[in-house]
Amino acid sequence: MSIDPETIKKERSAGWREELRSKTKNKDRVAIERVHMPELEAEIRVHHQDREVNRGLTLAQATLEATRCMDCVTPTCIEGCPVSINIPKFIKYIESGDILSAASTLKETNALPAVCGRVCPQEKQCESRCFYVEKLKKPPVAIGYLERFAADYERESGSCNIPETLPPNGIKVATVGSGPAALAFAGDMAKYGYDVTVFEALHEIGGVLKYGIPEFRLPNAIVDFELENLRKMGVKFVTNFIVGRTATFDDLKEQGFKGFFIGSGAGLPRFMEIPGENFNGILSSNEYLTRVNLMGAHSDDSDTPILRGKNVAVIGGGNTAMDSVRTALRLGAERAIIIYRRSEVEMPARVEEVKHAKEEGVEFMTLCNPVEYFADKNGRVNRMRVVRMGLGEPDASGRRRPMVIEGSEFDLDVDLVIVAVGVSPNPLVPASLPGLNVSRWGTIIVDEDKMQTSIPEMFAGGDIVRGGATVILAMGDGRRAAEHMHSFLMTK
Amino acid sequence: MNKIVEKEYFSEKVVKIVVEAPEIARSRKAGNFVILRVGEKGERFPLTIAGADPEKGTIILVVQTVGVSSSKLAALQPGDFITDLVGPLGKATHVEKKGTILAAGGGVGIAPMLPIVEAFKKAGNRVVSVIAARSRDLIILEEQIREWSDDVIVMTDDGSYGRQGLVTTGMEEVILREKVDECIVIGPAIMMKFAALLTKKYNIPTLASLNTIMVDGTGMCGACRVTVGGKTRFTCVDGPEFDAHQIDFDEMLMRLGGYRNEEKQAFDNYVHQCQCQKEKP
Repeated sequence: MSIDPETIKKERSAGWREELRSKTKNKDRVAIERVHMPELEAEIRVHHQDREVNRGLTLAQATLEATRCMDCVTPTCIEGCPVSINIPKFIKYIESGDILSAASTLKETNALPAVCGRVCPQEKQCESRCFYVEKLKKPPVAIGYLERFAADYERESGSCNIPETLPPNGIKVATVGSGPAALAFAGDMAKYGYDVTVFEALHEIGGVLKYGIPEFRLPNAIVDFELENLRKMGVKFVTNFIVGRTATFDDLKEQGFKGFFIGSGAGLPRFMEIPGENFNGILSSNEYLTRVNLMGAHSDDSDTPILRGKNVAVIGGGNTAMDSVRTALRLGAERAIIIYRRSEVEMPARVEEVKHAKEEGVEFMTLCNPVEYFADKNGRVNRMRVVRMGLGEPDASGRRRPMVIEGSEFDLDVDLVIVAVGVSPNPLVPASLPGLNVSRWGTIIVDEDKMQTSIPEMFAGGDIVRGGATVILAMGDGRRAAEHMHSFLMTK
Repeated sequence: MNKIVEKEYFSEKVVKIVVEAPEIARSRKAGNFVILRVGEKGERFPLTIAGADPEKGTIILVVQTVGVSSSKLAALQPGDFITDLVGPLGKATHVEKKGTILAAGGGVGIAPMLPIVEAFKKAGNRVVSVIAARSRDLIILEEQIREWSDDVIVMTDDGSYGRQGLVTTGMEEVILREKVDECIVIGPAIMMKFAALLTKKYNIPTLASLNTIMVDGTGMCGACRVTVGGKTRFTCVDGPEFDAHQIDFDEMLMRLGGYRNEEKQAFDNYVHQCQCQKEKP
């Protein structure tokens, strides 16, 4: 799926690119400091669930940051991108002032640029492969900020360019789920000319982008706008429909569907199975975030109730844990604590999320793990017992294994506990397909290159295959699945 | 959006609605439930399907008004639309020929019991049903239950209809009178708890169909977790039916109250709003 190096080379030698390169000397480019993302002040944002923390770059900031990019002969950044965005090309368009062309470049390979510009861990992907990091030992070009800038600029300009699609081929394909994997798949299949229908179990399209990621990090309006682009490309959306339950795969085949992409996600929240975990006031991050993000439970006009805690503990160290603890603060917590069994170095959350959480006043209790919960006479949690941990030898994940320090237990007063220790694959779809090969963890087994399952016309990707990953890895899966389903259906 | 085509009041607080849902009407099985949402600010909540007509493409739901969401649903009229309706969810009842089935339904639980009774009867079982409620006006679907039962005992707490007493009195009478191979109980958690204690005493395999708090209904939130045989299970994907003798009903009762304060507050606001609207000229 990676872009052909010849194409990259040819585009790099375009006249306007050569001209831009000769306009500014490389030594002047490297002298520019990396831009800082303007942010809403911590003391203000902590009162607003719906106000985005990162404000986005100005045109001047973006242009200057784009000037830092040296338009390398061998752009290693592209290798770091799971959906192979032509990074130098879009950045050079920004430098040249043609922001709309930058946005179009993004959309050549990425159906959700405004989303990815906000939630991708660029520091682990494209930016980690930037020339500045690899050769100059300097902060990388802010590729993520620039991606967001171009997508936002286009949206706000009102002149939205819809990617070109091939003439309709009349072949119907379906996605199961509407999260990032399914949307990336849908976008590419629409470009190939397929008649794509996205089936979603919930009442809103977007999957984890809607129910999981809070508005202060990814506004729902941004997601809706990118969905509208897919709709304009001809993608159809069906909500309240569980493929395998509402109708079977066979029913859909009878209706003419020739290929299926399963992107049903890692639905099932994990719990720790420790005493007292089923007391009221102890809930999964999925439940907590869904009530707030999808159901709007924090606003007065919503019928969905939400528990507000004064002393809130969030168990886990991933992005979901950060989203939960920061949501708890915004919903009025006086004390919001992250309890994580390893040290901060091993935290899977993005550095930016940890930084934002700290600025907002979140306490971090690292090397600590809950062992038991206690409740009042109504069954509402009021206290938890925590044990201190030490780090041993590295485990299978390469991170040092946490070990209990005997006799180090202590108690904490809490009235709300959010468990964010990971998710398991949603069993609903695999359970309805007896011929599907599934691992013992419940993930769907695919050919890693083609994303094809043991049932030839069914492809899969995202968390239902990976068991828990990122938006962008899911999108990469969706794109690969689209490419290979396309050749599968064409040669059939 | 699903259109309501028919509505019938069983009592002041219990309403039967027939809703257009052609796919679900075809694919649902006894024991399945749906998740609904009324209005753009509405809450998602589960209801067990009480029946379906695949030809007409409709399903039957029975709702008892207890809070905001059930009141909003019950207030809809034929021709109105339910904002969102998704299903069928949950595992279907495992139906086979076992001999004699004792089905016990309490209050609004009689509605989801109906398709299960029908399925067991059609599978060739002898079915004895005990339906119970606080008073006469809360006994629902008696005629339909009779259609699929070999015998029906009606119990009311206040003796206003059938015999006076709790559901367990009627159940014990059947158990003492004839050999029962399996029991199924559906109703308020407290009723199921005591029904399960009774059948455990007589060592009769018993299923209970649970109606817990849920948000998505597809395994995502974990609000519906119950302890069954010492293990945490999700009602939505592992249930809604479980071995009644293994269910920790006390924990379930506690968890059903998990949002009681918030729900009461919301209901008070809702009632207040409705009154204000009525008082408007």
